[in-house]
Formats: sequence, C-alpha cells, structure tokens
Amino acid sequence: MRKTLGILTALTIGAMLLSCGGGAKQDEILIGEYGSLTGTTATFGQSTHNGLTLAVEEINNAGGVLGKKIKLLTEDDQSKPEEAATAVTKLITRDGAKAVIGEVASSRSLAAAPICQDNGIPMVSPASTNPEVTRKGDYIFRVCYIDPFQGEVLAKFAYNSLGLRNVAILKDVRNDYSVGLAQFFEETFVGLGGKIAATQAYSEGDTDFKAQLTALKGANPEAVFVPGYYTEGALIVKQARELNMTMPIIGGDGWDSSKLVEIGGEALNGSYFSTHYASDDTNYMVKNFVTKYKERYNETPDAMAALGYDAGLILCDAITRAGSTDGAAIRDALAATRGFRGVTGTISIDENRNARKSAVVIAVVDGKLQYKETIQP
Amino acid sequence: MSELLQQIINGISLGSIYALIALGYTMIYGILRFINFAHGDVFMVGAFIGFYLAPRIKALFGGSLLIATPVVFLIAMIGCSLLGVTIEKLAYRPLRPQPKLTVLITAIGVSLFLEFGGQLVFGPDPKLFPTLIPSSTVINTQNLVVGSNSIAVIVTALVLMLLLRFVVYNTKIGTAMRAVSYNHRAASLMGINIDTVISFTFVLGSSLAAAAAILYASVYPSINPLMGIFPGLKAFVAAVLGGIGNLAGAALGGLIIGLTETFVVGYISPTFRDAIAFSILILILLFKPSGIMGKDEPEKV
Repeated sequence: MRKTLGILTALTIGAMLLSCGGGAKQDEILIGEYGSLTGTTATFGQSTHNGLTLAVEEINNAGGVLGKKIKLLTEDDQSKPEEAATAVTKLITRDGAKAVIGEVASSRSLAAAPICQDNGIPMVSPASTNPEVTRKGDYIFRVCYIDPFQGEVLAKFAYNSLGLRNVAILKDVRNDYSVGLAQFFEETFVGLGGKIAATQAYSEGDTDFKAQLTALKGANPEAVFVPGYYTEGALIVKQARELNMTMPIIGGDGWDSSKLVEIGGEALNGSYFSTHYASDDTNYMVKNFVTKYKERYNETPDAMAALGYDAGLILCDAITRAGSTDGAAIRDALAATRGFRGVTGTISIDENRNARKSAVVIAVVDGKLQYKETIQP
Repeated sequence: MSELLQQIINGISLGSIYALIALGYTMIYGILRFINFAHGDVFMVGAFIGFYLAPRIKALFGGSLLIATPVVFLIAMIGCSLLGVTIEKLAYRPLRPQPKLTVLITAIGVSLFLEFGGQLVFGPDPKLFPTLIPSSTVINTQNLVVGSNSIAVIVTALVLMLLLRFVVYNTKIGTAMRAVSYNHRAASLMGINIDTVISFTFVLGSSLAAAAAILYASVYPSINPLMGIFPGLKAFVAAVLGGIGNLAGAALGGLIIGLTETFVVGYISPTFRDAIAFSILILILLFKPSGIMGKDEPEKV
C-alpha cells in the first residue's frame, strides 16, 4: 500500500513537473502563436510565423520587453478551426502564454477567440478580416482592416478603376471570410449602380469548379469576383481560362500567397486582388522590412508575413506600455494603440478593436505581382 | 442550350475518372466479394508517384510531353500495381478464410494507414501537380469550349476501358478471372491458381486507379494525401449504382455520378455536390440493391 502511494506521489510530481515544462523561465515573457503551418492555407501560417519570428528576434536583440526576453511558442492548427481551438487552449492553460497571436483565416480566429476572451488573455489577429472576430470580446484585437472596408475598396476599384458594371460572384459558402466579403462587395457595388450578374458557390477543398463557372459564363459577366483562399482561387482562374472565360477575375487578401502564381501560372494574367501591402512599395518601412526578410528567409515577404511582423511589434509595444504582463493591462494598452508605424501602414486601434488603415490593390501581369493602387479608408 | 452542352462535357470528363476508379472496386468485389476501401488511397499514391516522377522524366526526354506523359502513366500504373498486390498479400490474403467483415474492416485500416502515412511522407499541404497534358482549346465555338484536358481524359479512359474489356473477355487470365468470380473452389479444382488471379485483379484495378489519378491531377492540379477520399467514395457509389461486380455497370455508374454531380452543382446548389452521390447510394440500396446492370442474387444466409 505504502509502495503504491509512493509511486502515485512520484507520478503526480512527475506530471506536475512535466506540465510546467513548456512554461516560462523567470526572465522570459511567453507569447503563444497558433497558425496554419500545414493544410490548405499553409503559406498563411508559414509567412505569419516567419514575420513574427523576425519581429521577436529584433525585439530580443534590442534588449527585450520589460527587461525580459520574448519567447514565442507556436502551435500548428492544420488549417482546421477545431484544431485552432485546441491549440489555443493548450497555449493558454498548459504553457501559460501571456498573450496570443493568430490566426489569418477568420473561421479559425472565430473558433479561438472565445477561449482567449474567457481566459482573459489578449489575442491579436494579424490578418482575419471578418468583422465578427473582434466582436467576440474586449480581449480580441486585429492589426488589419475589416471586410466591410475591403469589400468597399474592391467594389469601388471594379466600378471606378476598371469601369465594370456587371460582375458575377463565386464564393466559398463554408467560409466566414468569403461569405462576408462577398456580401460587402455586393452591397457597395450595387449601391454604386452596378449589377451582380449571377452568384455561385463552392466549398473549401473542392477542386472541380467547371460546373459553377459554366453557369456563370452563361450570365455573361464582365468580371468574376472570387473572395476565397489562394488554392481554390488559382484553380478557379485556371479552369475559367480553360472554359475560355477571358474576363478579369478579382480576389481579396486571401489570394496573397506565393502559391497563387505557382498554381495559377499564366492563367492569372489580367486578374486583381486587394491586400495589405505591396512588397515593391518604395516606402522606407517596407523597403527595410523586405530587405531584412529576404536576408533571413531568402524569399519575398507576402502580406501575411508583413502582418505577422506588425502584430508582433504592436503586441510588444503594448506590453511595454502596460508595464506588466497582466492580461487586462495588456488589453488596455493594445486598445490605446494610436498611430503605430508598421510595415502595413500606420495602425490605430479603433473602439471596436480593429485597425484603420489603407488597402492595396495588386495586379497580376505576366505571371508577376504588380502594385496597382492604394485606397485610403 | 449551349450551357447544357458544356455541362454535359464537364460531367462526362469528371465521370470518366470516376468510372476508372469504380472499375477497380467492382473487379475486386467480383472476385473477393468485399469492398476494398483502400482503393481511393491507392489512387492518391498514384497521383504522388506522378508528382515526384514527372519533372525527372520530363527532363529525361528533354521536355517532350509526347513521350514523357505516357512514361509517367506507365510508371505510376506499375507503382500502384505493386502497392495493390502488396496490400492484398500482407493485409487481405491472411484473412481470406475469415468472415468478410474482418477483411472489410482491415481495408478501412489500410485506407487510414495510407492517408495518414501519406501525410507523414508527402507532407500534409497541397502540392501543385506538374503539367503533363498541355492545356489548350481544341473546340471553340460560340456555344461550346472543349479543352485538350477534357478530350485527353475521355479518350484515355475509353481506351483503358476497352483494353480492360479485351483482357477480361478475350484472354486466358481474363477467363480465369471470370471463373474465379463465379466460384473459387470450382475454379481451383479446374487447375486455376486462385492467388495469381487475385493478384492479377489487384494489378488491373490499381493500375486503372493510377491512370485515373494522373488524369484527375492533370485536370485539377492540386494534390494532397487526403485527395483520394471523396473520389474514392463517389467511385464506390458509382460501382454500386451500376451493379457491383459488373464492369459495364461501373463505367455507366461513373458517368451517371459525374453528370449528376455537375448538373446539381451547375443548376441547383454546389453545397449538394457531395450529398447527391450519397443520396443516390441510399436510393439505389432501397429500391434496386443489385444496381442498374447487376443481376439479383439472393444472399445465402
């Protein structure tokens, strides 16, 4: 009996020690990151992680925050909302993260946000643009613009800059981001006097879009708007060209990935998408960031990398101003962020915990991404 | 009218791929009386063999697709045949005297093994399949656009199906296959080596799956280790719809599923894309379990 008790005690102590294994040392501040390092939107997670790592390294090299080093813990959610919830729970309850950064995809941020809110841990989403995300509670922030603005930008771009009057929509019905962006685009575009020729839908993970495209082709649109992610976006453009649909195809920031051009190839020529920054921008901040990123990773950073970098800097700036790692203090400091000069523009957090900033439209010309125009809020 | 014609072309091209996979299900069922649920994952492995080989083979033949593409097809088909035969030898053969349910559950196990083993080996993120069939527009009228992709899919599928028909009905091993499917014991009494015939059936089925995979990946060039699940399930439905165990039935079933899916997506709602195949499965099991071309065979209890 005593022996059993002894073993049990040893096991319990062992388990306690193990559970503290991922925890912070005295001179470290733990920040959790969850992202899609694998799965259908793998480049989102990888780029964000690269950008964020770069920001953390810079801060640590400059002496850290509150005299302590930042330690970044990363969990992969495999591009699945349910995994995002698990990853965030683990980061908060087991590892003891003081703040969390993630996700790019709105559906995954929406799955994780309530957990951060309930635990009183501030969450900063680098790139989720669906308005619902920050409505989950006062601990949830983002450093990007939201879809009502992005939809408006794209609708104005289509109507004014491209002179389009008749546009068809092909959206991902199982994706909060895609459905939201399609709705906001339609509202503005119809408000301006344009017409939505037809609407079709698909689901993330589909590979065959010919039936939908054939139906859209029958409606004779001047352009097709495809709010969705890059894998499906590129396949849709490719199949549209195979069906001889030569009109411009327009996407949102979900298209911003090096994989877009890799999969879509020449078919993408004459398509446009909105995003958060352009790597060929001549702004000093952007140039500096692109150079450092290229040195470290040997590739051109996309918007998710830039937003990951900005999210890291803004969070560390807030912790410094808060003067402590208490959740409520960091939350108040984040909410008070005004005029922060980031790579993706000047960031001020508004009363709904969203960032107000400009959007960039990028054109695909000869298989290359080219800066087209910037649209202010 | 033009839209309808275009949708029919889209549907036939998708359906031909389902038909090729369905043939594998139906042949193995015909011989062994069980559903090889790992078939869809053999299809996936075929696509990955193509993915890794195509750039090397293209380089070998100086970028000439005319020679490189058939070579990629051939190697993927051989690779999948080996995989199919190995699976049968290691997983199914030792269980042959056991109840069919045991083999069925083993097949599900093999399927999961290939899917998640594939994630480990190939990596879980989608990969871009290299171009093997140059995409150009062959027919282009006001009403109808037919690309080289669709034509290649339909023609290849047709040629392979005719080839299969020839093997099954006009060769010695084909006669042996048919004999085994009627009665294992009687066939073995006639001096037919059952093991060889079963292995050969797996060779045929798996190589058709590999060919289907290369076609599928050429038309929809994003591949991942879980890509076999849905085409596999739909081909299974196609095999049941046509009458499982019946070759012509599997081909017909594949075309019907492909066309129905395309019509439902194009004219009703894309959210029903996956639901429609399974609704068909339920209906056929309720009203004509033997399928369109199958014979009624009361199960002996």
